Amino acid sequence: MNVASKPALGQATLDDRRLAKVSARDVDVFYGAKQALKSVSIDIRPNEVTALIGPSGCGKSTFLRCLNRMNDLIESCRVVGSIWLDGEDIYTSGLDPVQLRARVGMVFQKPNPFPKTIYDNVAYGPRIHGLSRSRAELDEIVMTSLEKAGLIDEVKDRLQEQGTGLSGGQQQRLCIARAIAVSPEVILMDEPCSALDPIATAKVEELIDELRQRYTIVIVTHSMQQAARVSQRTGFFHLGELVECGETEQIFTNPRHKLTQGYITGRFG
Amino acid sequence: MQLLALVATLLLLSAVGFHLGRRRAAARSAAADRRPHSLPVYYGSYVALWSGLPALLVLLGWLAFEPVVVRSLVVDSLPPAARELPPERLGLLMNDVRNLAAGVVTSRDVDPDMAAAAETYLRLKRLGAVAVAVLSLAAAIGGLGLALRRVRPDLRARNAVEKLVERLLIGASTIAVFTTVGIVLSLLFESIRFFNAVPIHEFLFGLEWSPQTAIRSDQVGSSGAFGAVPLFAGTFLISLIAMAVAMPVGLFAAIYMAEYAPRRLRAIIKPLLEVLAGIPTVVYGFFAALTVAPFLRDAGTILGLSVSSESALAAGVVMGIMIIPYVSSIADDVITAVPRSLREASLGLGATRSETIRQVVVPAALPGIVGGLLLAVSRAIGETMIVVMAAGMAANLTANPFETVTTVTVQIVTLLVGDQEFDSPKTLAAFALGLVLFLVTLALNVAALQVVKRFREQYD
Ligand SMILES: Nc1ncnc2c1ncn2[C@@H]1O[C@H](COP(=O)(O)OP(=O)(O)OP(=O)(O)O)[C@@H](O)[C@H]1O
Ligand SMILES: [Mg+2]
Repeated sequence: MNVASKPALGQATLDDRRLAKVSARDVDVFYGAKQALKSVSIDIRPNEVTALIGPSGCGKSTFLRCLNRMNDLIESCRVVGSIWLDGEDIYTSGLDPVQLRARVGMVFQKPNPFPKTIYDNVAYGPRIHGLSRSRAELDEIVMTSLEKAGLIDEVKDRLQEQGTGLSGGQQQRLCIARAIAVSPEVILMDEPCSALDPIATAKVEELIDELRQRYTIVIVTHSMQQAARVSQRTGFFHLGELVECGETEQIFTNPRHKLTQGYITGRFG
Repeated sequence: MQLLALVATLLLLSAVGFHLGRRRAAARSAAADRRPHSLPVYYGSYVALWSGLPALLVLLGWLAFEPVVVRSLVVDSLPPAARELPPERLGLLMNDVRNLAAGVVTSRDVDPDMAAAAETYLRLKRLGAVAVAVLSLAAAIGGLGLALRRVRPDLRARNAVEKLVERLLIGASTIAVFTTVGIVLSLLFESIRFFNAVPIHEFLFGLEWSPQTAIRSDQVGSSGAFGAVPLFAGTFLISLIAMAVAMPVGLFAAIYMAEYAPRRLRAIIKPLLEVLAGIPTVVYGFFAALTVAPFLRDAGTILGLSVSSESALAAGVVMGIMIIPYVSSIADDVITAVPRSLREASLGLGATRSETIRQVVVPAALPGIVGGLLLAVSRAIGETMIVVMAAGMAANLTANPFETVTTVTVQIVTLLVGDQEFDSPKTLAAFALGLVLFLVTLALNVAALQVVKRFREQYD
């Protein structure tokens, strides 16, 4: 069953893929001989939050990691198909994945600040990419990133303390600040709240909603409520296929596919 | 040979005990018509242990105390004139007595007193052998009988065996600990004797080392000088050279293996590197002396440098090669222990691999790497064979790696090789050097383990 190719559910893609921020067509991913994604086609629209949901092991993380070519780091992993960022194929040999990752940032499931100071954590990306010419400029980048990540009030007096000494929720926002600091265009988030308590989660969700103004966000989540709260569009994965993708409102109130229906009503997954 | 026969008999008794215990357990539980508490094997082991262990204790006790007891008895049997002799002379006399008893040539003419003493010695020896055989066999049979009588279905043989095994293990570790303590104490006491002859500050801070002391008081030209600074300096210089070789090579090899090498290549390289650690150090030693040192000398001549044929450089370089695997395998362990998530975070921000390694992985692994380096240094300092063969004997106080230097370990070897009086400052100096060596490597090891442990805790 190859649902992605059925025209009835063709809402996953736009008629003109150049209008999308990120556009994937017929993406297959293999880990060795095992196929993890089957012919996934989706258009991610600019300045929207797109949520990816689905049962464990269905390939959400795998798809997310295709978008900034993090899968290149896994020896056995092979990606087939085409993915465009702003109309440019990111899997052509001419493209430098290192440059790509500066444009497509990532926030991971578990907060993973470097064992460095809070300041150095945020300054890491700008330093590597030479985004500032002076110390003052770097300070400026660090402060605005922390501010955008909603962390500034909590850490402005302790910038020289270890990032690993923050609470889990603060660490995750620090990681978001770190990703923002290199001014990416797209931010990928893989279950960013799964290690956080409800209050920290609420803060991060609020932050995601604000970030939407400037960035395009793709978020993987296991929480249906979270997908409903933060996203404009939702894609449902099942066994490596994108079963259905559409406006979040429509997916949650009026899913077209019975698998989607089953998942959001909690009958499986 | 008698001892061997005795041990064999005891083992046989244990085996018999095992068999009997198992059979009896089966028979008794069948008679009482109830399931035994433990498997039959445990009843067998229970009896075997009870018959073996007490006998073993008797045997060990005899081995430990027999020489002392026999000696003091023989001394008591000597005429008073001989008994009053100073300890060293008495020792020599006893040696002769033993030689006479064994039928070997003695160092002096045999007088009747000595012959009598040798007689006594032999008699005591034989008596002791019989006594220990009887005692240990009695212990074995007694233990076997007692244990066998206790075998009943409700005997918790499994728990009892467990407890006995635990005691056995405690015993083994106690022996290990006591041996170490014993070695340290003997080092300490001999060193103290040395420091009675040579002041400790002279030893630690003196700049001249020439340990030839006069054997007879009328000899000239051989007054000893025991300033160990040249040895410490030589050891330090060679270790420094070794680390200068091993640190970059080992570290880079570890980084390559942990971060770049495809899994299959890594599976080949890592064991290959570890082969280096398995090469006997003598082999390194003659590699240093016969290959590296002449090569360095010739290379030096071409460059217009005078490189001595036994140079600190040759020894240091080869020692560095020897410790590469220590550095690389520990560094590889700690680098792979750095969580993957940190690497992904860095790469996800658009850092290249080498940026990630330099700025995230190595700093995060640094404590562990430092620990590994410290361990490697302590290896280098204690290493003997390579320096004996390649570094030379002359105690030069120099920082020039092309010259001959000597190290603490080399001097210990030269001080103790050959015919030596056992209480001259010259021999005792070896103990003092050994003590210093021990303390330094101990400190290094403790520090290294501490650092590595803290690193482990950080990421567990
Ligand atoms: N490094 C890998 N090597 C081999 N197989 C992998 C690897 N990573 C993922 N897979 C396989 O690919 C499939 C998709 O995995 P993926 O991590 O994308 O699932 P997911 O939807 O993110 O699941 P979850 O919700 O549990 O995070 C799974 O069957 C998984 O076993
Ligand atoms: Mg996942």
